[in-house]
Amino acid sequence: MAAKRVGIVGVGMTRQSSARRDVYGIELINEAVRAALDDAQMTRKDIDAIVIGNMDHFEGINYVDTWSVDGSGALGKPIMKMTTGGTTGTTVAMGAYYHVASGMFDRVLAIGWEKNSESDTTGAIITAFDPFWDRPTFGGAVAGLALEATQYMAETGATEEDAAYVAVRDRKNALNNPYAHLRMELNIEAIMSTPYLAWPVKLGDMCPRTDGACAVVFASESIANDFPSPPAWVRGLADRHLWAYTSDPYVNQRVKGGTWFPAMERATAELYEKVGITDPLEQFDVAELYLPYSFAGLRYMEALGFCERAGAPALVRSGATDMGGKCPVNPSGGVLSSNAIGATGLLRVAEAALQVQGRAGDRQVPGAALALATGFGGCYWSDELVIGKEKPEKVRG
Amino acid sequence: MADETKKRQYLAIESGEMSQPFRWSAGSYGSKFLTEIRDNKKFWGIKCPKCGKVYVPIRSVCGPCYTEMTELVQLGDEGTLITFSVVSFGFVDPSTGLQRPVPYGYAVIQLDGADSYLIHFIDETDPEKMKAGMRVRAVFEDDGKRTGSMLDIKHFSLIRE
Amino acid sequence: MEPVAIVGVGMTEIRRERAADTCADLVFEACTKALADAGMAIDDIDVVLTGSNDFFDGRTISSMAVMDACGSYDKNVSTVEGDGTFGAAHAVMRVLAGWGTCLYCVHHKGSESVMPLITNAMFDPLYERFLGIEAITSSALQARAYMDRYGVTEEQCAHVSVKNHGNAFGNPVAQMPLELTIEGVMASPYIAEPIKLLDCAPVGDGASAVVLATRERAKAVAGKPVWVKGIGYNCDAFHLGDRDLSKVDALQAAARKAYSMAGISDPRAQVDLVELSEVFSYMELMWLEGLGLCEMGQAGKFTALGNTAHDGVLPVNASGGCISANPVLVAGLNRIIECALQIRGGAGGHQVEGVWTAVAQGLNGPCGQSQCVWVLGGEA
Repeated sequence: MAAKRVGIVGVGMTRQSSARRDVYGIELINEAVRAALDDAQMTRKDIDAIVIGNMDHFEGINYVDTWSVDGSGALGKPIMKMTTGGTTGTTVAMGAYYHVASGMFDRVLAIGWEKNSESDTTGAIITAFDPFWDRPTFGGAVAGLALEATQYMAETGATEEDAAYVAVRDRKNALNNPYAHLRMELNIEAIMSTPYLAWPVKLGDMCPRTDGACAVVFASESIANDFPSPPAWVRGLADRHLWAYTSDPYVNQRVKGGTWFPAMERATAELYEKVGITDPLEQFDVAELYLPYSFAGLRYMEALGFCERAGAPALVRSGATDMGGKCPVNPSGGVLSSNAIGATGLLRVAEAALQVQGRAGDRQVPGAALALATGFGGCYWSDELVIGKEKPEKVRG
Repeated sequence: MADETKKRQYLAIESGEMSQPFRWSAGSYGSKFLTEIRDNKKFWGIKCPKCGKVYVPIRSVCGPCYTEMTELVQLGDEGTLITFSVVSFGFVDPSTGLQRPVPYGYAVIQLDGADSYLIHFIDETDPEKMKAGMRVRAVFEDDGKRTGSMLDIKHFSLIRE
Repeated sequence: MEPVAIVGVGMTEIRRERAADTCADLVFEACTKALADAGMAIDDIDVVLTGSNDFFDGRTISSMAVMDACGSYDKNVSTVEGDGTFGAAHAVMRVLAGWGTCLYCVHHKGSESVMPLITNAMFDPLYERFLGIEAITSSALQARAYMDRYGVTEEQCAHVSVKNHGNAFGNPVAQMPLELTIEGVMASPYIAEPIKLLDCAPVGDGASAVVLATRERAKAVAGKPVWVKGIGYNCDAFHLGDRDLSKVDALQAAARKAYSMAGISDPRAQVDLVELSEVFSYMELMWLEGLGLCEMGQAGKFTALGNTAHDGVLPVNASGGCISANPVLVAGLNRIIECALQIRGGAGGHQVEGVWTAVAQGLNGPCGQSQCVWVLGGEA
């Protein structure tokens, strides 16, 4: 069966902030939905189906799909919920993509949102992990990521300053993004002087907790050119959610042929093969990567094939990933500047779409035509999509 | 000033004392594992008949081989440090409702005989004193205080010979 | 719609408490059964989809618990948080979009949580939760609205309980086969008027899985494929007061879509068997009407006359339905699985003769707010 080719034809996002006390969750969703519909010059009646996602326990609402119909526009329409933790936003994007690629629907609205201010983020993240084996000792996202950072530094000789470069870059980029949550530049000294949350991860290395929503309209190839903006085509996608226990990701490193970040490397291998990427640093014009903390901006570049193992500090320090560099990473300011978890992965896709459409305003990478968007979460899971200006010949899977 | 007034008008509803209690089944292998820790201070792993990997925590399926595992293997209570961190920010543990005392060390540990790793506390809070590859040993709760949970192991200790 | 087939099904036994099994164990059991039924190994599966709910599982990323057990290792995998009918619909989308085979599994362990607290959480924190309203008490409002509108009686609802609990004797996976009488149901205590104890589905543990395939990949399967003829899903308003609870608008819209895809213009004549989600006995009557199988308000009489019995003109819930076994989320997939078993002659002790076209229905949210309808058939 041949999949329909799918383009992104509308994007909407709320301003991301630490607490949107002025809106109820349903209103926050509606802000993003209205913005996306306006962007695509659509009305609610034009929507064929909706896919929505968030991490349940951050808002304490069960069956968010049925709860939020007033905001999402789902009244009298097909709606389903998808949630996979940190990867939720990209899972929702992929879910919406498949709704259209299947031929069952022509115009599908993807919604990702989170009101982190309404709950205890660390507590909720701890409950993502197994109640017997992991929860009693787990310290939330920060502590889990810190284990990876410790290992990365030990194995590659990378330093905390190397990681801090990533944060400097992304936080500076956020100044160009009126929607970003944190819009304050930090230099290396400032980051290095922030307190340790979980060694070696400092406050300045971490993403914030954010309230925000994002909505994206996916359209079938038969109508994708009927919208005000040229479609940003989904050229390929792949994911791996390999593990169930916190310690499992480390196990694979000892396996024959095992690698540092198996989920990301396997998803990348599949995606690049499907899309024809052999040299990501050359071929991608821009990348919006889900980097939950600064060290990720080193290790994940290696897993994504932008450089050799242990080569990321040099790559980042060279300026190749800065605005104006060979392949700017996170022109939006990325996750280090805004992290409304359910929205975050979807925002990577939305930002990639804006880039190849030439509609990214002050954060535009001139002439961007091919973009990589990733989602991260759970037990080191990886979702990856390639978004491009050119319509693909055929999309495999 | 006008902004202040506007802010004060926003109401919020607290969840208050609302709680949702859960009672998770350890399952047959989990029960065996935790019972052995509680009663005998012994660790068990489970071995995949296909790839031969010994897993801890115990689970019934080897993911990569997609095969059911039934062979339990006894493990020692010593192991090797794989990676570690020291947590310094206070947060409320959702399982107890109490703040964990910080700073505390915790680590990914490979028990001798196991191919997969455990995560647990380690009683060292200076990251300079820890290095991957160091040897560690489990320290159990006293007899009579163990209840059949991972907290029956108080923490791991660096073997300081 | 391009032909997509169900080529393998697996259900664990559904029991009040599966203490020896974790969610992962149940999922592995169901997936193993489905793969064996399809004559496939996990390597024959191109993509995996899971279904679970963070609230029911008490776990923020509930899908994580089953990542090993669902066979997702080194495969693309995703998760739908909702009823099995919705998740399976997304699995069909994956197959239509070019994946040859898809394994979809869903799990639930009601024994591990306190159901009213979990279903209270689907209500609005600002305006509704303080009432302590949950699945039963909200459904009681709908039952009252429906019964008052059409003059449906509690006795007519009781026929559903008697029939379905009785049907469960023919279904080894069902949790509660019971020999009931109308009088017995009527004498059971009220939980929330007009819903009595024996009008309610039980809480339980279980998991199920299906293997879906393109026509090409279905050829390699020895058993008889069952074809997905049509799928429709639709959502009503959220606040109970924004709805007319006696109406079934979302279900009718979902059914219209599914029937249209399946080429069904006269459901009463063209549908041989129904598996619907009667979490409460009154729901079987409402959903029959919403599915266009009875005139509005007539399902009570239709049922009391025995028409929906195992040997009736339109067997409904020959499996015992949700009232005999209701692992939430799993229950919807079981409706699809039961229809598939009936069509291919594999329903054993509860087999109905001559089933060629069957309808399955599932739901999400309070009072069946969001509805999904499937039409399954014996030919592509």
